Amino acid sequence: MSHTSTLHDAPHHHANPTGWRRWLFSTNHKDIGTLYLLFALAMLFMGGASAMLIRAELFQPGIQLLDPDLYNNLVTNHALLMIFGAVMPAAAGLANWMIPLMIGAPDMALPRMNNLSFWILPAAGTMLILSFVVPFFPGGGSQINTGWTLYPPLSVQVGMSMDFLIFAIHLLGISSVLASINIIVTLLNMRAPGMTLMKMPIFCWTWLVTAFLLILVVPVLAGGVTMLLFDRHFGTSFFDAAGGGDPVLFQHLFWFFGHPEVYVLLLPSIGVLSHVIPTFARKPLFGYKSMVGAMIAVGTIGMVVWAHHQYTIGMSLGAVSYFMIGTIIISIPVGLMIFNFIATMWRGAMTFETPMLFAVAIILMFTFGGLSGVMLAVVPADMQYHDSMFVVAHFHYVLMPGAVFGLFAGVFYWLPKWTGHMYDERLGKLFFWINVTGFNLTFFPQHFLGLAGMPRRIIDYNVMFTEFNVISSIGAMIFGFSHLLLLYIVIKTIRGGEPATSRVWEGARGLEWEVASPPPFHTWETPPLIRQEQSA
Amino acid sequence: MNPAAQARNKRRTVWLLSLLVLGMFGFGFALMPLYDLLCQVTGIQSVSLRSAGEAVAEPLSIREDSRLITIKFDTSVHPNLPWDFQPLERHLQVHPGKLYQVNFAARNRSSASVTGQAIPSVAPWQATAFLNKLECFCFNRQTLAGGASVEMPLRFMISPDLPPEIRSLTLSYSLMKPETPAPELAPELAPESAPESARHEKG
Repeated sequence: MSHTSTLHDAPHHHANPTGWRRWLFSTNHKDIGTLYLLFALAMLFMGGASAMLIRAELFQPGIQLLDPDLYNNLVTNHALLMIFGAVMPAAAGLANWMIPLMIGAPDMALPRMNNLSFWILPAAGTMLILSFVVPFFPGGGSQINTGWTLYPPLSVQVGMSMDFLIFAIHLLGISSVLASINIIVTLLNMRAPGMTLMKMPIFCWTWLVTAFLLILVVPVLAGGVTMLLFDRHFGTSFFDAAGGGDPVLFQHLFWFFGHPEVYVLLLPSIGVLSHVIPTFARKPLFGYKSMVGAMIAVGTIGMVVWAHHQYTIGMSLGAVSYFMIGTIIISIPVGLMIFNFIATMWRGAMTFETPMLFAVAIILMFTFGGLSGVMLAVVPADMQYHDSMFVVAHFHYVLMPGAVFGLFAGVFYWLPKWTGHMYDERLGKLFFWINVTGFNLTFFPQHFLGLAGMPRRIIDYNVMFTEFNVISSIGAMIFGFSHLLLLYIVIKTIRGGEPATSRVWEGARGLEWEVASPPPFHTWETPPLIRQEQSA
Repeated sequence: MNPAAQARNKRRTVWLLSLLVLGMFGFGFALMPLYDLLCQVTGIQSVSLRSAGEAVAEPLSIREDSRLITIKFDTSVHPNLPWDFQPLERHLQVHPGKLYQVNFAARNRSSASVTGQAIPSVAPWQATAFLNKLECFCFNRQTLAGGASVEMPLRFMISPDLPPEIRSLTLSYSLMKPETPAPELAPELAPESAPESARHEKG
């Protein structure tokens, strides 16, 4: 091991590279975190553009702008860009930036692997976009009209763009598995002396659970899409009934990944809230231990309830009852988290800066989305709601507040730390109000549309659904374009602004606030001492 | 913690996590055998157990029944087999306890001799045990010379023990090219050898 120990003994053996080499060869957790966040921002706008096209088409009944295949291609593309391109990399960006600062480590445990797990992403993103674009070229085959769930037999019949998509999913999966291994190794081995697991900041705990979930489920999805690839090209019949296979098998493999994936998207944002709410309520987090227990419970139970996405496949009564009860049980630990947040705010000296505004809005809207989730978990009711716009409204109400708004809160909360400049609070609040109004205007009417019977993933609809669709589309335009304001605020903050103190927020606690704003290129080269009262 | 010990701990964690990743990738592929094992242990009627139960002949009942049951026939051909394959009658109204025959027409579209195997399935699956096949082309593999056509008989009877709530059922055949050499079939499963020698009854 002599060659490795020489590297460890000399952390400054390399000069800090500049220009494009600084980013391409970066092993610095802060630079890689920035790259992740910028990549996520770019993907957010691409996924948002496809959502705008979908809503523009649904503005009126009939087929105006798109054709049915292109519409379904956009639906597929929107989901994959947002989930794999925007939300997961953004959460990984926050993890890269904040975890070493929070636990007093000089960097991530495996800096070169960190570089690899980011730089796989642009390649994967390119494959993903190619899977959308390729059918428009001569000989490009048919468009991916399956939706992000990629159910066979349709996904076996789609043209070569599906192969691009399968390889994109493989690459994205490798990237997130590598990032997860890195995060777990960092959290388990590199905490400052004296920081036991139960003194670790909650954001780190949420990422520990998230990373384990990713390691457990992403390989199963990789196996599933590999079988799909073999069915398409190598004559196997995993999913082909005529060859002795079963298309339902793919649904099980997909949702074994797909359901824990929603907790992968949710938990990092819960971690952000666990820092934002105590900061602006000026009280320590209520129930630290119960938060840790609740998120482990959510992760564990969340692994074994996947088939509630497939109630209509004809499972036995015993099986659907099990999946129904398991799903409803998850609302208990999630409810516990929500009550902990409310108890943290109770009698706190609250102020409402932009991150806190998002936090309060999340608690309200995420709870609402959670309740419509309980409705969908009930088997006889779900038979009615299945594949309707009600499902679309439900998962946007949990994913948008639960994941995206939590990331926005985190970005506003930590942006002064990253850049050394305060963001424009007036513009931040303006962004919050436009964003949240647009969001509710877009998705609230979709509950009514779904209950009245409008199916999802269909380009056209009955004229009786026109009014709510018009409202929804107008809301979507407000919601979509409000993100240009976010872009403006972020650029403005990077370029200048009122200098931020190292503590930034009056009520902020934790190691990340003890380094300067912006932090120097290398931090915590000598680990800090953890004082007794400094937990959480 | 000294750097060497920390490096050792990191390496150990990385190896354990990598094994976990490989294990979960394998788990995706192990799901099917695990599911079959679970069904055998707990006695859940899995798809493979259902079709195995179908081949076991039920004691024939000679009671006739006045009920009229609709039985529909459905066929699909795997793309690896260049055959056309259709029932000559799409559906029949039958009395339980009475013997019926339906012919299926098969044609080899290619110029080479090809062997196919038909896999039956019944919907709703609860009816599977009550559909008795006395003679079926699905008992054996069928070989057709290039360009040849053949009519293949299916003789069946629906048991009078069919639960009263089942009023119609669908018998569907998936025809595919078997990729392993033909196994020795148990004689009671193969009362007739080849369709060319099969007797055709009018009815």
